[in-house]
Amino acid sequence: MLRIFSKSLKTGIVTTDYPKNPTVPASGFQGLPEWQEQSCDLCGQCAHVCPTRAIKLQKSKSESFWTVDPKRCIFCGYCVDVCKQHALIQGVKYELAELTESVVRAPHVTAFKHSVHIRHLDSGSCNACDWEMTTLTGPVYDIQRLGFDFVPSPRHADVLMVTGPVTRNLEIAVHKTFAATPAPKLVLAVGTCACSGGICGKSYASSGGVNTIIPVDVFIPGCPPRPQALIQGLLKAAGRALNTNV
Amino acid sequence: MIRQGRLITLISNLFEERVIITKAYEDELHLEISKDETLIVAVTLRDWGFPLIQLTATDERGINGQFRLFYTFANDEEKFLIVVSVCVAEGEQSFPSIMNEVPAAHWYEREVRDLFGLDPIGHLDKRSLAVHEDWPEGLYPLRKDFRLDSEVPRTSGQFLYDRVEGEGVIQVPVGPIHAGIIEPGHFRFSVVGDTVLNLEARFFYTNRGIEKLAEGKTPLATLPIVERICGACSFSHTTAYCQAIEKLSGTEVSTRVKDIRTVVLELERLYNHVGDVGNICAGIGFAFGTMQGARLREELMQLNEKVFGSRFLRGINTPGGVRRDISISNINLILVTLEKLEQEFKEMVEIMLDTNSYMDRVQTTGILWNRTARDLHAVGPVARAAGIDRDLRRDHPYASYDRVSFKVPVYEQGDVLARVKLRIDETYESINIIRQILVSMPMGELTQQLGTEMIPYNYAVGMTESARGENVHFIMIGKDQTIYRYMVRSASYVNWPIMPLIVSEDIIPDFPLINKSFELCYSCLDR
Repeated sequence: MLRIFSKSLKTGIVTTDYPKNPTVPASGFQGLPEWQEQSCDLCGQCAHVCPTRAIKLQKSKSESFWTVDPKRCIFCGYCVDVCKQHALIQGVKYELAELTESVVRAPHVTAFKHSVHIRHLDSGSCNACDWEMTTLTGPVYDIQRLGFDFVPSPRHADVLMVTGPVTRNLEIAVHKTFAATPAPKLVLAVGTCACSGGICGKSYASSGGVNTIIPVDVFIPGCPPRPQALIQGLLKAAGRALNTNV
Repeated sequence: MIRQGRLITLISNLFEERVIITKAYEDELHLEISKDETLIVAVTLRDWGFPLIQLTATDERGINGQFRLFYTFANDEEKFLIVVSVCVAEGEQSFPSIMNEVPAAHWYEREVRDLFGLDPIGHLDKRSLAVHEDWPEGLYPLRKDFRLDSEVPRTSGQFLYDRVEGEGVIQVPVGPIHAGIIEPGHFRFSVVGDTVLNLEARFFYTNRGIEKLAEGKTPLATLPIVERICGACSFSHTTAYCQAIEKLSGTEVSTRVKDIRTVVLELERLYNHVGDVGNICAGIGFAFGTMQGARLREELMQLNEKVFGSRFLRGINTPGGVRRDISISNINLILVTLEKLEQEFKEMVEIMLDTNSYMDRVQTTGILWNRTARDLHAVGPVARAAGIDRDLRRDHPYASYDRVSFKVPVYEQGDVLARVKLRIDETYESINIIRQILVSMPMGELTQQLGTEMIPYNYAVGMTESARGENVHFIMIGKDQTIYRYMVRSASYVNWPIMPLIVSEDIIPDFPLINKSFELCYSCLDR
């Protein structure tokens, strides 16, 4: 027992202060592709190799430019590798959470702004997103310090964090879990599969994203999203602006 | 010890002209036999001590009007594989089951029935496995005439669980949505009081159709899919896949590529093992171990991101090499981090193994007997903790494992404690392997074009030893250098059906603990 105490004291505090001081990932981070207009010759190879068709050419009267949909991107970097003009780089931005109209219009979540109970719902993920959510409950990210916690039943939850593209064999479970969660509730689609189907797309086995089955309020892109990106998504969902009042 | 040459002679003498033997690759013998001989060949290979490591099928009706079954056996002593193929004519749609003689075939045969519509005659379990009860009869997703984007209606059907009846026996259904942050699966306990009489587990909830998705795609385009079979074994899956593709295309990667792969494979094992040793404490409520393990695991995840840009080691492998190098400064970073980790891990496990309340729960809990492990072909730490001295890194060396020295720990007890101790020992061995490689990494090309053109309908097997055990990837190439059939047999695929067997007679509160000590993954079983 004494050894447990002494080891714990020696370990000290390991918890990050995110979101106060967001860290920048080291160089070489596999982030969202960023497009540099001046060197691009619009050859379209990037869009061609993209496994999830996340890159699209936008045309307006005066100019054409490429856009990357973070909800589709799996951060593989194939577009960066294939670009002969070096017009693409993988950026370091990872806080990519997006609110949908439903939250913007009806901020009903203020009711549980500082005490948010989360239920995880795996709808067919590869378990990477799940592992990152487990990490949130560990000593390093410790989301309880921010008023968030995971609960064992949807009946106790304010928020459903859904990972995976919703497979055929989990569709019914997703419907039932959503129905069992009391209103007001929010649905967070966590990871690229949940946001858009990702590499699974739409097929006999996969529905192609959580919002094809139940309404989604917040998208948290990433493959998987880093723990900080998950925290940012949760704070956004709870209507708490970043870097203030946390 | 049966060397390749001697095996060829033995088989030719036994089966004469009824068998065609091809030496496809240095480490792969391909046998073609007729369907009637399946059982006798399987029994012969079993008796020579070769475990069945994979069984799958292909739909080749478009080419030659038949289905084909592939049985892969491993000769561990002589480090080669024997892939036995059997043709099934389109009209027959059945094959003899070997599960009574080779029990390890039990799930594979049910899966072939569900996915290809070929009936294993004599199989004792007639229930579906890979598709659920609401899947319409007569639709087989891996047949070539089934389209990936098919709309499949739901039918009404029922899955019959084994029933245990008697006074005081009750059934406890758990899942598919569990209470923790865990993947989905359904468990049906039959209990008397706290004691489990029987447990049945039902899977394939997270089936995303990965194998079907790969068909018709180029090796490069398939890679991101392979990376996402499983989050926590991402790199070992891609390595097995790349090795199979490199075998098919006759590509020889540089020593540097092999070294980098070895380092990454071991980093993957490290974060899994360190995390698991900690996480097993969560099954007991021993918060000290859970939190220390989570902290050390997170340090390794952050190291992964600093060195390779991805916490889950994605975006590194590619058919024909690796896309990322390890710089001198990163070599130092890895070495320094591991030195600190080794010390911290040691302190943590010493305290853990010295705590009575912890030891009381893990000793003699969830015993896997050696015979069960052998018959059902358990793999990885689960098998080695039950006295099976088998590790692909030593027995079928790949990457740079033949140029480093390491021990393969084995325990006889087969309980939770043995599985924990085994992971602790392997953690130190992993650190040791990484050190040996990092100080002696030669320069070399990182990527190269795939060698010769791959011949349509050739097939090969790639294998790696992940943190959970042996991963076996079967690839058949089709026309236009794309994938015709891809079968992933993960470590969890063979260990999952074993876990429910050993829970019997333990109590329900021990189930999470036993389950955690097996550390099985749902998504790489369901695919």
